[in-house]
Amino acid sequence: MLRFFLSRLLTFIPTFIGVTLVSFAFIRLLPGDPIIVMAGERGLTDERYAELQEKFGFDRPLAVQFWEYLTGVVQGDLGESFVTNRPVWDEFFALFPATLELSICAIIIAILLGIPAGVIAAVNRGKFFDRALMSTALVGYSMPIFWWALLLIIVFSGNLGWTPVSGRIDLLYFFDDVTGFMLIDSLLSGQDGAFRSAARHLILPSIVLATIPLAVIARQTRSAMLEVLSEDYIRTARAKGLSSGRVNGLHALRNAMIPVITVIGLSVGTLMAGAILTESIFSWPGIGKWMVDSIFRRDYPVVQGGLLLIALIVMLVNLIVDLLYGLINPRIRHRE
Amino acid sequence: MTDTSMTSAATSAPQPPSRLREFWSYFSENRGAVIGLYVFGFLLLVAILAPLIAPYDAATQFRQHTLTPPVWAEGGTWDFPLGTDPLGRDMLSRLMHGARYSFFVGLVVVAVAASGGILFGLIAGFAPRWLDTFIMRVMDVVLAFPSLLLALALVAILGPSLLNAMIAIAIVQQPHYVRLTRASVMNELTKEYVTSARVAGAGLLRLMFVTVLPNCLAPIIVQAALSFSNAILDAAALGFLGMGAQPPIPEWGTMLSESREFILRAWWVVTFPGIAILVAVLAINLMGDGLRDALDPKMRRS
Repeated sequence: MLRFFLSRLLTFIPTFIGVTLVSFAFIRLLPGDPIIVMAGERGLTDERYAELQEKFGFDRPLAVQFWEYLTGVVQGDLGESFVTNRPVWDEFFALFPATLELSICAIIIAILLGIPAGVIAAVNRGKFFDRALMSTALVGYSMPIFWWALLLIIVFSGNLGWTPVSGRIDLLYFFDDVTGFMLIDSLLSGQDGAFRSAARHLILPSIVLATIPLAVIARQTRSAMLEVLSEDYIRTARAKGLSSGRVNGLHALRNAMIPVITVIGLSVGTLMAGAILTESIFSWPGIGKWMVDSIFRRDYPVVQGGLLLIALIVMLVNLIVDLLYGLINPRIRHRE
Repeated sequence: MTDTSMTSAATSAPQPPSRLREFWSYFSENRGAVIGLYVFGFLLLVAILAPLIAPYDAATQFRQHTLTPPVWAEGGTWDFPLGTDPLGRDMLSRLMHGARYSFFVGLVVVAVAASGGILFGLIAGFAPRWLDTFIMRVMDVVLAFPSLLLALALVAILGPSLLNAMIAIAIVQQPHYVRLTRASVMNELTKEYVTSARVAGAGLLRLMFVTVLPNCLAPIIVQAALSFSNAILDAAALGFLGMGAQPPIPEWGTMLSESREFILRAWWVVTFPGIAILVAVLAINLMGDGLRDALDPKMRRS
């Protein structure tokens, strides 16, 4: 067990260094002098140029630069935004709760709808429900979510006027940032209607972001269920006279959950990619929008830091999923 | 005597169906896959013939007909069956020309990502352990970044254009081919036909490309279908964010981003490019499911 944990942790380190190297290289691969590129049309005085050159250290040997970057990263120093001069780390964590709230809601929607859909499809294998659900899942899986978002806006914001088009909450509500989660903070504030406003802002973006994970979870649940349902112990359970609800729910679903949980864990990357599009469309002030805006503003230290932090989050979640998987399934643990 | 009797026995024995036949019989069992194939073929035809069959050039602006609704809506005309965009360009013509870009992106990305990925995967599978580990760690690094984010960052470096978007997407997709190829190679290497080829004196390159690779192709082909549709989606997403094909190129994602501000006034400028993307991607994914059923018995959907 310990060996399994250690070996997984050991593979984490080179990947971590590699990811750091990529984000380090990013700013240095820009064509031309990165400082001039970042300054763009704003222009620079010679004095400011020298100051920035000193700060970024582009004139030092690459190996020295990388070492300084790596040691900085380990200590939580990701540089400063070129535009706001605030530390990238601070900006990231100011915006991260918004993305986290959106992602959590999306994954909850995906799980609550995806798992039952997969189970129903598997139990009705080959019948109408199976076909209908799996066709829908394939459409969801193939969906360009940025277009899906626009359609939902046309219908629910435009025609029906039920939901707002952008932001996290109506401007007339103002309260302290306690958890960073609008849904919770609005409840804590005790203001009338604040929670409803937050929820109405959240619903469309979370549906959009949930779409692809939902389709993936439904497909995965179905195939895992089918596999488990063909196992001998299921036949035994049936032969012993257990009701089919009990067999499906208790015996099969529980065992089918292992691959499904893995898929849920691995969808973090999908969620982050989806957040880039979703947040841009709904003007959701999270890290996806922050990254896109920074690319357009040529705020490359922010892009660099954001790339690294997002990759680290994905890696960490994958590592945790991997370790949990090893914990649940001894076959994985002993394979190496 | 023995010769003739043996040949006659061989011809009279029932022939196994040819590989193509066998493939088709499995593939056509999946009705969705066949529909996907037809739709894909139709779109491909449209893409190839677009300059001939499209009513207008994609860039022609009819200034007196801006934002004309589609023919069945009030105010629509047969001159512009799917309506016109804010600059008075014919939607149908633009969509037809747009198919060229999407299919081009898909083809180039799959070709580049697959050939590079297969090569690295073969090397990793055959290489000594340190090189294998090195290649796979590099791939882990690429996979740690969400694909769209990495593609965005690469385009930020290279500059926004359709070509750079394709390069970025190909780089992002490559690791999947490497992993898949390596895993199949590892699996094949344990089999006896490889040992016998090796004992018979086959060189390393022959072993890699002639002996082992053909037996690893099935999952790679399935992956190719998947990454074709992903390439179209990612290219459209980049175009939508303004980091892919640049206006006035009628790429579907770029068309969507150009018409975003009109969504509440002119639903058709937003609806049709999206339907085009969805239908193309869906057709390819349907085909991919069928390919998987036909090529890979182990992954066959039960």
